[in-house]
Amino acid sequence: MLTLRLHRAARHGLIPIDVTIATARESVALSGPSGAGKTTILKMVAGLETPNDGHISINGRILFDSQSNINMPAWQRQIGFVFQDHRLFPHLNVKNNIGYGRIMSRLRRDTPHEDRIIEMLAIGSLLNRDVDDLSGGEKQRVAIARALIAKPQLLLLDEPMSSLDEARKQEIAPYLRRLAQEGVPMLYVSHDLDEIAALTGCVVNVAKGHAQLIETA
Amino acid sequence: MNDWLHLTPQEWDAVHISLKVAFWGTLCTLPFGIALAFLLSRGRFPGRAWLDALVHLPLVMPPVVTGYVLLILLGRKGVIGSFLADHFGIVFSFRWTGAALASAIMGLPLMVRAIRLSFDAVHRRHEEAAATLGASPILVFFTVSLPLAWPGVIAGAILCFAKALGEFGATITFVSAIPGETETISAAIFAALQTPGAEDTVWRLALVSIVISFAALLAAQAMTRRNRSRAGGI
Repeated sequence: MLTLRLHRAARHGLIPIDVTIATARESVALSGPSGAGKTTILKMVAGLETPNDGHISINGRILFDSQSNINMPAWQRQIGFVFQDHRLFPHLNVKNNIGYGRIMSRLRRDTPHEDRIIEMLAIGSLLNRDVDDLSGGEKQRVAIARALIAKPQLLLLDEPMSSLDEARKQEIAPYLRRLAQEGVPMLYVSHDLDEIAALTGCVVNVAKGHAQLIETA
Repeated sequence: MNDWLHLTPQEWDAVHISLKVAFWGTLCTLPFGIALAFLLSRGRFPGRAWLDALVHLPLVMPPVVTGYVLLILLGRKGVIGSFLADHFGIVFSFRWTGAALASAIMGLPLMVRAIRLSFDAVHRRHEEAAATLGASPILVFFTVSLPLAWPGVIAGAILCFAKALGEFGATITFVSAIPGETETISAAIFAALQTPGAEDTVWRLALVSIVISFAALLAAQAMTRRNRSRAGGI
């Protein structure tokens, strides 16, 4: 169950944000033109930006509520974020990058879980490589693995496949779909409607910072 | 023939004291330098401009004034100095530790500048990514910000070391130039210049000073280059 009520007034050239999403679906996609505010919505959910007022909860766990003065910091939200730019740590190799979230979140090592992600994203041969030596597609696959290995409650994906070639997209999409089936909620941003259709049937259009989806069932 | 190249025991003392003062001065300044650099790079708080100016003050103020302020505050009868001496037995004035303190304060602006530039080059997006992976702000600092800024930290430390090595005004004002205790290379050169027939000492110590300073600057440049190329690749 994902509930988002986000409001931010227009300021310093930033567009206003007015979003209401309430759904029992595991996966929701946000679509819309560039500059519509899709990434800002994800950042607010992750705790990297703060709305003026509103409410964010996942399966009843409140992350933000302006009325109750709750604003959980990003590092406590258990939300995975796959950024448009990979944001891998350049001083760590691939193995340490993907293990970072597990160590920071003090999770017990789950080798089968990690092995499955490494296999599905085909990064097993990259583990000892430096990040600087990877191609753009490889970097994004590692970034997806890094987010998944930390076992997030909600996975935010900000056009994660925009830098991947078609073969890799086809390879990754089924795994992301399976993640949704396994109960990891996803909030997915993409321009590509075909890509969205392959992952989730629920698409919310974001236009000029406005978006609405209310499903009580 | 090459006898003039051999350092006398007193000259060795000056070299030893200089290196000791610069090493400990730099090492003790490092945690403060890193904290101040991070605060000035990332912090947005009232009085930030004042703190920035205060850190850089020793760079523009006459070193003798810095030494005099230290003497007033940390001298045996100074406001802080008397308290430290009476309660903890810590005395800075006329001790090599005082020379290290004076050198550290003179080197602090150079250290903070280098480290701050390095923190500025670390993209916040990496820190954001670390936060979404469960890292608390303190862990983000130690696992992402500091490692990425590390070459700048090294460069800052080397610059501080080089500055401390050549420090004269503040040191001689605060701790004087006692042979074997507080007489650094700079103070020994100055003393030799006042002594007729001591040109050889001046030459030898100047040569040692140039070699150490040059090596420190080369190391700083190498570190800065590495830092720049790394920051560009992020």
